[in-house]
Amino acid sequence: MRRMLALYAAGVYLFLHLPLAILAAFSFNASRFTVWEGFSLKWHRAALSDRQLIEAAANSLVIGLAATAIATAAGTLGAYALWKRRSRWMTAALHISLVTPEIVTGISLLAFYQWVFRFWGLRLGMHTVIGAHVAFCLVFVVLVVMARLRTLDPALEEAAMDLGASEWRAFREVTLPWLWPGITAAALLAFTLSFDDYVVTSLVAGVDSETLPMVIYAMAKRGVSPVVNAVSTLIATGLGVLILVSERLRSA
Amino acid sequence: MSKAFGGSRVVEEVSLEIPRGSFFSLLGPSGCGKTTTLRLVAGFERPDAGEIRLNGAPIAHLKPYERNVSTVFQNYALFPHLTVRGNIEFGLKHKPAAERMRRVREAIEMVRLEGKEERKPAEISGGERQRVALARSLVVEPEVLLLDEPLAALDPALRKQMRAELKDLQRRSGISFLFVTHDQEEALALSDTIAVMNGGRIEQTGAPEEIYLRPRTRFVANFMGAMNWIDGAGVRPEAMRVMRGPAPSGARWAQAEVTAASFLGNLIHLEARLPDGACVTAEMSRLDGSFAPGERVTLWWSEQDELRFPDELP
Amino acid sequence: MRTIRNIFLAPSALVMLLLVAAPMAIVLYYSLLTRGVYGGVEWPLTLENWRRLADPLYLHILARTAALAAAATALCLVLGFPLALFISRAGPRKNLYLYLVILPFWTSFLVRTYAWMFLLRETGVINAALMGLGLIREPLGMLYTPGAVLVGLVYGHLPFMVLPLYAALERMDRSLLEAAADLGARPWQAALRVLVPLAAPGIRAGSVLVFIPCLGAYLTPDLLGGSKTVMAGNLIQNQFTQARDWPFGSAAALALMAIILTLLVAWVRREKEPLL
Repeated sequence: MRRMLALYAAGVYLFLHLPLAILAAFSFNASRFTVWEGFSLKWHRAALSDRQLIEAAANSLVIGLAATAIATAAGTLGAYALWKRRSRWMTAALHISLVTPEIVTGISLLAFYQWVFRFWGLRLGMHTVIGAHVAFCLVFVVLVVMARLRTLDPALEEAAMDLGASEWRAFREVTLPWLWPGITAAALLAFTLSFDDYVVTSLVAGVDSETLPMVIYAMAKRGVSPVVNAVSTLIATGLGVLILVSERLRSA
Repeated sequence: MSKAFGGSRVVEEVSLEIPRGSFFSLLGPSGCGKTTTLRLVAGFERPDAGEIRLNGAPIAHLKPYERNVSTVFQNYALFPHLTVRGNIEFGLKHKPAAERMRRVREAIEMVRLEGKEERKPAEISGGERQRVALARSLVVEPEVLLLDEPLAALDPALRKQMRAELKDLQRRSGISFLFVTHDQEEALALSDTIAVMNGGRIEQTGAPEEIYLRPRTRFVANFMGAMNWIDGAGVRPEAMRVMRGPAPSGARWAQAEVTAASFLGNLIHLEARLPDGACVTAEMSRLDGSFAPGERVTLWWSEQDELRFPDELP
Repeated sequence: MRTIRNIFLAPSALVMLLLVAAPMAIVLYYSLLTRGVYGGVEWPLTLENWRRLADPLYLHILARTAALAAAATALCLVLGFPLALFISRAGPRKNLYLYLVILPFWTSFLVRTYAWMFLLRETGVINAALMGLGLIREPLGMLYTPGAVLVGLVYGHLPFMVLPLYAALERMDRSLLEAAADLGARPWQAALRVLVPLAAPGIRAGSVLVFIPCLGAYLTPDLLGGSKTVMAGNLIQNQFTQARDWPFGSAAALALMAIILTLLVAWVRREKEPLL
């Protein structure tokens, strides 16, 4: 029974990892067809020198960092506030944000932006994308930081105040140090969600704010190509490494 | 002062006066409001009505960090990311470095934690953690030290030892201790004054002997120790004498049949049944004889040892 | 103490208000408007968009969406349960195995969906392998079918089922199975009558965590399903881009939200514990 289970588990793990592994393998295939014709880096080189890809990657990075910074800051403070005292409205709003499909988030923000911009004559651009990313990342930051807060004994802040620290000093010197692993985990989650997002971004991005997922999507729609394979492999590896590094930092 | 949470009054018109430099215990079952009373004094809760004064000055409106009282929490609430030294000196941020070091050193000596200054709370034992909590609170030189069931988390042997150390600490430092517990033995052993709480009210305040020997209500009598109730009169098991044959003249007595006799080493714990079916317990020194289940015996006690509460319903 | 807490809550509250609540309100407003000549929205107010949703064409899409989501959930449960069981019994290597489940999830949803495009197409790896082994003579048309969408949905959401199942199984008292065996139950009987019922909270949680996102799936059916497997998400996206019928798209989006929120409320009521 145990061996059957282990065998089965191996099968599922293969199912989970093989597609990406095969994709990565073929990104090094010299031929653009499914026959293996030798190892080659040419598709990777092509990907890394494609101007459109590089610009899109830069955009994704900028958006990711900005959205992560804002969402993490707002979400951490919000989680702390909710931990101190619940708010039914906020909890309901966060739940709704959590279950809203990306497509609905995207179209609602598109409609909202268009409606607002009619008054102010603004356009879609990097800022609208950043705002959209903050919108859907916030709830995840709150979730992660809350989970970390729940492991904190509320008596600790009381003890700090009892010994003469103000609420602010208690937060800074007792709660915040404890929170850091949770905050970094939340930031990483937010960045990954933002960097990888296609659906919402495609709807609210302006002409000058093409992101990496948007370019990849367009290329994929045109058909499978080894350059897409290469880019995909690079992205997947990059994000994978990021996560590994964060896990190391967290358990250190 | 009184305090209500969500509609239910947790503390109802509690009035306490704690003499300076004394060991004062708040004793009562869980849920009686004693911890809330402590938190009111510490500043973590605001009273709905009433006032709190420290040395005559009102403090009820002050935040916890503005009051000159310090709390030792039930689970110690030590800061996990700071060392023992870091914990102890936390409250002394605003003092000059030299004075800070001196006070910390004295506190560490007072609780005998030398050598452990650089350890983190996770690396020391439960008893040591409690001493850190004590040192941390004492080092800020409060006027009153509030202790929320500090011995509850310790194992029995350690508890007895810490009890003696606490009493000694209080005497040496001269700080008033407000001690909350549900353990009546602890309260009796440590306190100069005990206030027994029940359902948000104080039922009686007084010296330990006073509370134990002359309880003013049935609740206090029952809470402070086992009681036998015979015909509306209460008699403590240790005041219950057992013998074969008739009772001495002038004594109150009853016939009974022994149902169980347990040998507890220094004491014998006897259970007997009265003719009307009521059960009685007696505690006697093993030197006073032994009895077997099934024996018919005479229980007797002196009228002075009876406690009656005519105003209360049985 | 109250002011600090309110100040801290303000940024998040602002984001929720401005970027979640207000947009939804706009969508509601738009759903009651009429489609303009060049796209866009204009007066008069009308309930026509909502009435259109009852058209059999759209009900068909909704039914297909629900069916695919349900099938994906069921598959995730069947596939994920033994895996969760395996991990919960793996002793010291538990964390490693959990990690191996979560890791692919972190590497970009788009890339993972594209990977299946790569595998399932007619000139793709799977067909090449099958033909090379002589099992088939002509390539199978696997891509752009409901089956492909199903595979993509299961692939993308399996971790959401495995993790709650693992949590429930891990908490379970092992001696209960031993007691069942002691009382004469065979392994599969014990599994069915002891294991599964005790893992029920995990099953419920996992099912919700898979079903709801699958209902709102867009990318998977878009890349793997082609024009034949339109799900609710694709319909909504189409209305806001090519069809330029924002009012109708808004009504469709709100209808989808209504279904999802009903499920959410039912869930919160039953479990009595919110997710946050």
